Amino acid sequence: MMSYQKRFWLALVLSLPMLVDMFLMPFGVMIPSYNWIALITTTLIMAFAAYPFWRSAYAAFKHHNANMDTLVALGTAVAYFYSIFAMATGRPVYFESAAFITVFVLLGQVFEERMRNNASSAVEKLLDLQAKEATILQAGKPVKIPLDQVKVGDLILVKPGEKIAVDGIVVRGDSLVDESMVTGESMPVEKTKGEPVIGSTLNTDGTLVFEAKKVGAETLLSQIVELVKKAQTSHAPIQNLTDKISNYFVPLVMILAIVTYVVWYVFLGASAITALLYAIAVIVIACPCALGLATPTALMVGTGRSAKMGVLIKNGEVLELVDQLKTIVLDKTGTITEGKPVVTDVVGEDSGQVLTVAASLEATSEHPLAQAILEQAKQEQLKLSPVTDFKAQKGMGVTAKFEGQVAFIGNERLLGDDELTTEQQQTLHELQAQGKTVSLVGLADKVIGMIAIQDAPKPTSKQALALLQAQGLKTVMLTGDNKRAAQAIAKEVGIDEVIAGVLPQEKANYIEQEQKQGKTAFVGDGINDAPALTTADVGIAMGAGSDIAIEAGGIVLVQNDLMGVVKALKLSQKTFQRIKLNLFWALIYNVVGIPIAAGVFMAWGLTLSPELAGLAMAFSSISVVGSSLLLNKVKV
Amino acid sequence: MAQVLTLVVAVVLIGFISWWFFGDHEQKEVSATMKDKNLQKVKVVVDGGYTPNTVVLKKDVPAEIVFERKDPSACLEKVVFEDFGINETLPKDQDHAIKIDTHKAGEFNYACGMNMFHGKVIVK
Repeated sequence: MMSYQKRFWLALVLSLPMLVDMFLMPFGVMIPSYNWIALITTTLIMAFAAYPFWRSAYAAFKHHNANMDTLVALGTAVAYFYSIFAMATGRPVYFESAAFITVFVLLGQVFEERMRNNASSAVEKLLDLQAKEATILQAGKPVKIPLDQVKVGDLILVKPGEKIAVDGIVVRGDSLVDESMVTGESMPVEKTKGEPVIGSTLNTDGTLVFEAKKVGAETLLSQIVELVKKAQTSHAPIQNLTDKISNYFVPLVMILAIVTYVVWYVFLGASAITALLYAIAVIVIACPCALGLATPTALMVGTGRSAKMGVLIKNGEVLELVDQLKTIVLDKTGTITEGKPVVTDVVGEDSGQVLTVAASLEATSEHPLAQAILEQAKQEQLKLSPVTDFKAQKGMGVTAKFEGQVAFIGNERLLGDDELTTEQQQTLHELQAQGKTVSLVGLADKVIGMIAIQDAPKPTSKQALALLQAQGLKTVMLTGDNKRAAQAIAKEVGIDEVIAGVLPQEKANYIEQEQKQGKTAFVGDGINDAPALTTADVGIAMGAGSDIAIEAGGIVLVQNDLMGVVKALKLSQKTFQRIKLNLFWALIYNVVGIPIAAGVFMAWGLTLSPELAGLAMAFSSISVVGSSLLLNKVKV
Repeated sequence: MAQVLTLVVAVVLIGFISWWFFGDHEQKEVSATMKDKNLQKVKVVVDGGYTPNTVVLKKDVPAEIVFERKDPSACLEKVVFEDFGINETLPKDQDHAIKIDTHKAGEFNYACGMNMFHGKVIVK
């Protein structure tokens, strides 16, 4: 069997004599024995280029199916066999109609095939990004093995310029890693001991040794590819209409063609051949392909492009829901904020001493607030001293002996109010009003200063929220924090509404309440967000780290950044708009094209010959696929 | 006279088209056969549709549907299982096996790339 391309070229070359004849006709020049030449070349075209359409049409017919091939086969066969009959009975022939329809339809298929491949290949290319082999350390010696032999627990050595083979955790070395192929983030990320690395990302400047944690189908990249594949084959509810239409489309067109013939020949008194040409034009211009291609190709390009930007859209349904969103509810911790408390203020006459005392006291603590203080002390390169007589006072703080003196760190309950100066009290209240957690630091029975700690908003949160509001969405923050702390953060990032003091298991209930006023999206990152992610009309899971989030979210963001939400919503909207545009175009094309071909507008001089109808049909399906491919160029 | 004849033929043709394409026509189901203990296989010929149109698979036994595409049409070139995220190109005149996840019971529809031809997999 020949490819479409070969069939097209063959048909084109064979139809050249008829083309020449068509151009010479106005000058009164006739090719000698044109009918015979046309008969022979058209017969060859039918046998080699058009026959596959006939064969498919017949096979489909036996199964009570009809498709585009049915229409092309009918159109060409009727024109061809009529012409043979006409030639035998000395009437004008229409071989060129049969030939040109074949040429144009094949031309359309060649282009369409090429463009469709373009649209679908994007995802599989992601897998090509993987390293082909990995250098593992066996008894300390580097050994190169193929990628599929890497096991969980293997220690893998990555030199500068090499690709990281699988997902894992760095055990030695530090380096900058280019993760743009997975996260869409163009800045390289610093990796040191204990930090996760993603398979197929590029190690740029240092040497790393990491332990393999996920291999094969478990890696983030494989999961992304799997997810995008599912999205690309998914069904958008908007397609239901076209699915219904496409079941009836082709038989209906055949009936319309018969009606066209009857109306022209029986009721309007046209000649049999005029009526036949209109009927053929109706059959040929109708294009079920444009309808069928409108949604899948746009979905393919849209989800593929999103994936490259670190936005994974689960299916076509999500796209439609995004278009109807009214409210977006965001989890606070880890979503709007960094999810990690940091020291924001150190207050005191000697702030270095305040931090040193605090850090020395907290040196062994696992508490998140203690971790923040220790991190800050490390950054300022303070030297800590060992403490003795360590005593933890439950719910208040700790006391211990620091360089021979009694030192403490804790909240107001650890000391009576009278031990704070008026000035200190004022500072304390100011800091608390900003939503910060304040620890008092004391030495030798005197408060020497205080440390304010806050889970600070991510640098991009404010901008992202402003952009979401600009899209007309109501923004709501959901948090387990107390109202004051929550309000402070909300004010800082500019959020519309705050719901504070929410227990993790209550999040889904609040989503349901918001849903009464319109479609609601929820943005969260944690494992305990899964119920809320599923309840929301659109669940947006941030940071593709946890499998549960990937499972529960309708949209998954590889990066832990709110700007990703903005991008995700924009891309979804653009893709959905494109689907609507494609469907509209495909429908309008048929709704307008068929009456024109049927000769309804003949009174205004608007008619189409069968071959022009074939050209129009080829153009319509190409234009739909082209429109989908343009999604790659749309600005986001 | 010719006009009357045309009209009659047209009505008959329209009647036939409606009955042939829109009428209810029986489709038979075929169950997969066990190749060995750990694999069930069923063959589907792709030619103007999927024959058999409905295949039945046993739950929790690894399964393969072997598609053989005889039809040259671009319409049937791809097979799409929406529920499994499968979108594969079927090579012409060759057997192409597609693994089906049988962990979940239910009816799963599949279709050609343009959603014009439909087939069904039942897992039970």
